[in-house]
Amino acid sequence: MQALLTEYMPILIFMGLAAVITLALLVVPLLAAPSDPDTEKLSPYECGFEAFDDARMKFDVKFYLVAILFIIFDLEIAFLFPWAVAFGDIGLFGFWSMMFFLAVLTIGFAYEWKKGALEWD
Amino acid sequence: MDNASLSFFQAYVMPFLLITAHSLAIMIALLLALAFFMYADRKVWAAVQLRRGPNVVGPFGLLQSFADILKYLFKEVVVPTTANKAVFLLAPFLTMFLALSAWAVIPFDEGWAVADINLGILYVLAISSLGVYGVIMGGWASNSKYPFLGALRSAAQMVSYEVSIGLVIITVLLCVGSLNLTDIVLAQKNIWFCVPLFPMFVVFFISALAETNRPPFDLPEAESELVAGFMVEYSSTPYVVFMIGELANIVLMCAMTTILFLGGWLPPIDIAPFNMVPGVIWFTLKLCLMFFMFAMVKAMVPRYRYDQLMRLGWKIFLPFSLIWVVLTAGVLQYFDLAP
Repeated sequence: MQALLTEYMPILIFMGLAAVITLALLVVPLLAAPSDPDTEKLSPYECGFEAFDDARMKFDVKFYLVAILFIIFDLEIAFLFPWAVAFGDIGLFGFWSMMFFLAVLTIGFAYEWKKGALEWD
Repeated sequence: MDNASLSFFQAYVMPFLLITAHSLAIMIALLLALAFFMYADRKVWAAVQLRRGPNVVGPFGLLQSFADILKYLFKEVVVPTTANKAVFLLAPFLTMFLALSAWAVIPFDEGWAVADINLGILYVLAISSLGVYGVIMGGWASNSKYPFLGALRSAAQMVSYEVSIGLVIITVLLCVGSLNLTDIVLAQKNIWFCVPLFPMFVVFFISALAETNRPPFDLPEAESELVAGFMVEYSSTPYVVFMIGELANIVLMCAMTTILFLGGWLPPIDIAPFNMVPGVIWFTLKLCLMFFMFAMVKAMVPRYRYDQLMRLGWKIFLPFSLIWVVLTAGVLQYFDLAP
């Protein structure tokens, strides 16, 4: 516990400093800058037009698909991290079990590709 | 002072003050460096286009970034009425806060990191992955069309390229056997990883461009279609804070390239005149070289189309880096080179 604390305490202090500097930057213009709002200035920008629709609109399902693919691959990468670090100690069995896992993953990837999940048009 | 309070002072207050001073020194150096990196970026861009770039404020325009910051500090903060105000202001805060926080583990020289934790690279990866929240929060909270579309694009782009960045890091880890950034640098004593893992170096560099929304992958803010992407509604320092966060991320990616592939603070050749130069100078030189490459790419390469960008990420980089992970592991296993 003590070791963990001494190792990670500097990060907390560093983050605290980062937060203070960022907050300071955000607060200064609220105090120092003039503020003269009007309805036109505060309306959402749309190339000079009155905004003619809600901005919370429907969007392409592709973006969901990318997010889902990302989760799958990122989890797999999280799985690879400990394997990569321990690679020298786990020997041939560790090597082949990961190769088997990657082969399964590649089959899934090929299927996605074939199904057109990676097309963007 | 009695004995108990003295020992308390020695055990907690002194280390706390030392760490704070260390963090503050690194933070200030980093922010000053960012100001000049911004300037260098504009100068390189201008030179490629045969312009002069900023040359009025200070000698050779060196103080341009400071003048810009001062100007922004005294500009009105406009928050659109339809926006979700808290999230709208939280987004730039998060972007810059995370971008600066990631620097806590970067070793500029042996033992110079604020926190030399044994999970160094995982920390950097985690913090820089969170950066996507700043973008998507800013775009969504603006409640305006350009920011919304820009944020969607940006988020999809950032997560796509993070996958290949992750796999590139795995190949390096296979050769090192540790997550500690200092260990990763020291493992390159004999040969920098950009030589045996050259293709991965290239993949990492291009993915870093895409991850930080740099040209030629700056589609989220493609001026001709989305004006300024997720930053359209931002003004004054919220905008500046976004920009600083973005720049800090770009320079962080340069630092990561230096650490993973260019041997960090190690000299190119370990003989007399070279190894007498302090490591931090080598680190800075390599960092500047990487940043120069970033700037040159921005100046020279035309912007990608969005479908080309996604194809490059998912259909070329992902399979390619996956193959390299298998290949590296196979070679290390077969020749019994694993650390």
